[in-house]
Amino acid sequence: MTELQIIIATIVSVSAIGILAASILYAAAQKFKVFEDPRIDEVEDALPSANCGGCGYPGCRNYAEMCVKADTLDDLYCPVGGNDLTATIAKILGKDAIAKAPKVAVLRCAGSPEHRASINVYDGAENCKVASALYSGSTGCEFGCLGLGDCVVACDFDAIAINKETGLPEIIDEKCTGCNACVKACPKLILELRKKAKKDRKIFVSCINKEKGGVAKKSCAVACIGCKKCQKVCPFDAIVVENFLAYIDYDKCKLCRKCVDVCPTNAIAEINFPPKKKKPVVAKEVAKPKVVAKKSVDKTNPTDESK
Amino acid sequence: MAKTFSKGGVHPPENKLSANSAIQIVPPTNVVSIPVSQHMGAPSSVIVKKNDQVKVGQLIAQSAGFVSANIHSSVSGVVQKINTIIDTSGYKRKAVIIKVEGDEWMENIDRSAQIIRNFTMSSEEIIKRINEFGIVGLGGATFPSHVKLSIPKGKVAKVLVINGVECEPYLTADHRLMLEKGEEILIGIEIQMKAINVSRAIIGIENNKPDAIAHLTKLASSFKGIEIVGLKVKYPQGGEKQLIKAVMNREVPSGGLPIDVGAVVHNVGTAFAVYEAVQKNKPLFERVVTVTGKSLSKPSNFMARIGVPISNLIEAAGGLPEDTGKVISGGPMMGKSLNSLEVPMAKGVSGVLIMPDNESSRRRQAACIRCAKCVSVCPMGLEPYILMTLAEREMWEREENERIMDCIECGSCSFVCPSNRALLDYIRLGKGAVGKIMRARKA
Repeated sequence: MTELQIIIATIVSVSAIGILAASILYAAAQKFKVFEDPRIDEVEDALPSANCGGCGYPGCRNYAEMCVKADTLDDLYCPVGGNDLTATIAKILGKDAIAKAPKVAVLRCAGSPEHRASINVYDGAENCKVASALYSGSTGCEFGCLGLGDCVVACDFDAIAINKETGLPEIIDEKCTGCNACVKACPKLILELRKKAKKDRKIFVSCINKEKGGVAKKSCAVACIGCKKCQKVCPFDAIVVENFLAYIDYDKCKLCRKCVDVCPTNAIAEINFPPKKKKPVVAKEVAKPKVVAKKSVDKTNPTDESK
Repeated sequence: MAKTFSKGGVHPPENKLSANSAIQIVPPTNVVSIPVSQHMGAPSSVIVKKNDQVKVGQLIAQSAGFVSANIHSSVSGVVQKINTIIDTSGYKRKAVIIKVEGDEWMENIDRSAQIIRNFTMSSEEIIKRINEFGIVGLGGATFPSHVKLSIPKGKVAKVLVINGVECEPYLTADHRLMLEKGEEILIGIEIQMKAINVSRAIIGIENNKPDAIAHLTKLASSFKGIEIVGLKVKYPQGGEKQLIKAVMNREVPSGGLPIDVGAVVHNVGTAFAVYEAVQKNKPLFERVVTVTGKSLSKPSNFMARIGVPISNLIEAAGGLPEDTGKVISGGPMMGKSLNSLEVPMAKGVSGVLIMPDNESSRRRQAACIRCAKCVSVCPMGLEPYILMTLAEREMWEREENERIMDCIECGSCSFVCPSNRALLDYIRLGKGAVGKIMRARKA
């Protein structure tokens, strides 16, 4: 055989093998084809791709599959995308969308060093879970925030940062998607998801100390002492006091702020409210200290206050 | 060559500062707080009320289940209140607070110094007595002793192993007890041998206590079946699995108990408590505790009543030094630093160690350099660096496959780590999480 013949023979035989292999692969692909609803891809494209797990499913793809599979979208909610996203998904799938109240995380502890004196120094690993498995904490309050930042690490949206002055985490409302990751990460169960109200206004008991009033007050100046004053003053029955601790039901609360005024320890936080109207008689003398007092209550969220 | 365990181990500086100071008795303070959870297992339920009169040795809290222990008053006086206080665990827990009046003991307690050698009790009676008198493992783990002495069905005990190792640096409580109460300990061992029906007992003592080895060997010649074995100094030889390997050359299987190789392990302190309970009718309400530290003026060994504040013991040893960084309950390796000096003495406190500031604070943690020193010192053959990483990432299933539950929390890995990594902190976290999952699966 000449050299040319060898080259031609090689090209022909390799091409033949290639065509044969391709046709086998094509036949196999047709035979074992898995049908996947094209709408899954469509829904997935609409999702924020945060893969945060806030919806309760392992990732955005999984959530998309569930949306397509489910009969209604009632139990499916992507906290990152919110109601707009639910509407988009509903349009793609031709299902009904039910609007849900968006939520935002709040920190139920206001125990900064000025309110809650440190009685020992923690020297272990910088991790809230390690510290809480070791002892009751570096202050007298065994319920309060340890400030070691497990929630900061858990947050996929950079919505939490530790404030160096107060030693407590701060939640940036605009960034918080309400995905629940920080709530799950906190070993002390201090963070809570609460319904987002108009203009990001919030009223909540910023304490989870379940000890008797005297003990709680001794360990932290802004602890809830379970005096039930707020419960009595609330016109909407939104406040329950259990185990010496008040809790405000965000579904019932109408943000009237009556409880804030009666709380003897300033344990109820009011955030993003305009300053209250002063009584005209002693306006000038009272005005200054009142502003100061409000600042200390507001410190859970100074970024919003500055707006 | 002297016997020891085979895998891993470290040899930290011994610092047995108080080895030559005899056991002194510290009188109780005006007010004592006796915690109700001083042992492993369910917290005891309090049976006294406010304003009740109690005597020394009177039952004040009853065992709440099989794995639990009775608690007796260590003083005579009036119950002031039942309150929550911070105890050696670092958490607020329930405690009985008693105002001390006089020192009136229960009538049946034999307070004479006479040593009683003969006993007539049967095995069941001995275990019942140990249960009633609230005896728990005094090595530090405070596991109720009657549980260990009740051999489960289908298992046979062959040897009683007695732990006189005291491998923790600084601590000398067991050492002094062996020197001063040698005969009582040997009688206590005989009683325990009867309880589990074995004819052989081995006392393991590290070679840094030659006087204790010589003393007990001399005394043991008049006791049948008790032998003393000197061991090479190596931490953590006092861990029961390590001690069994050292004295019997048997390995307890992963996830198993000493009884799986026919051994029951008790501390010398427990043996002494058993002697006092059976022969002297004395419940466990006091124990030997080492109060020590490099800057302390008088490192000492005390016979202290349960419930006395730690600050009182430090005062008796010369007062808190100025350069104190941490006060630790137990030894430097496994002990836990206390968050208050008013924490009361408990059954599990074998030592109070005062560490100077420059030695006690943690050094900055750096990245793992994969030197595998932690792997080579782990006495359980684990890989601590992997266990730590998995705990950080909360990968509990793999953590279980890496045998995290075998960890005895000896701290050797954290001790040798050149990057100062908080290995044990995270491993302990992982053990807690994995243990919870395993219990949930069983239930």
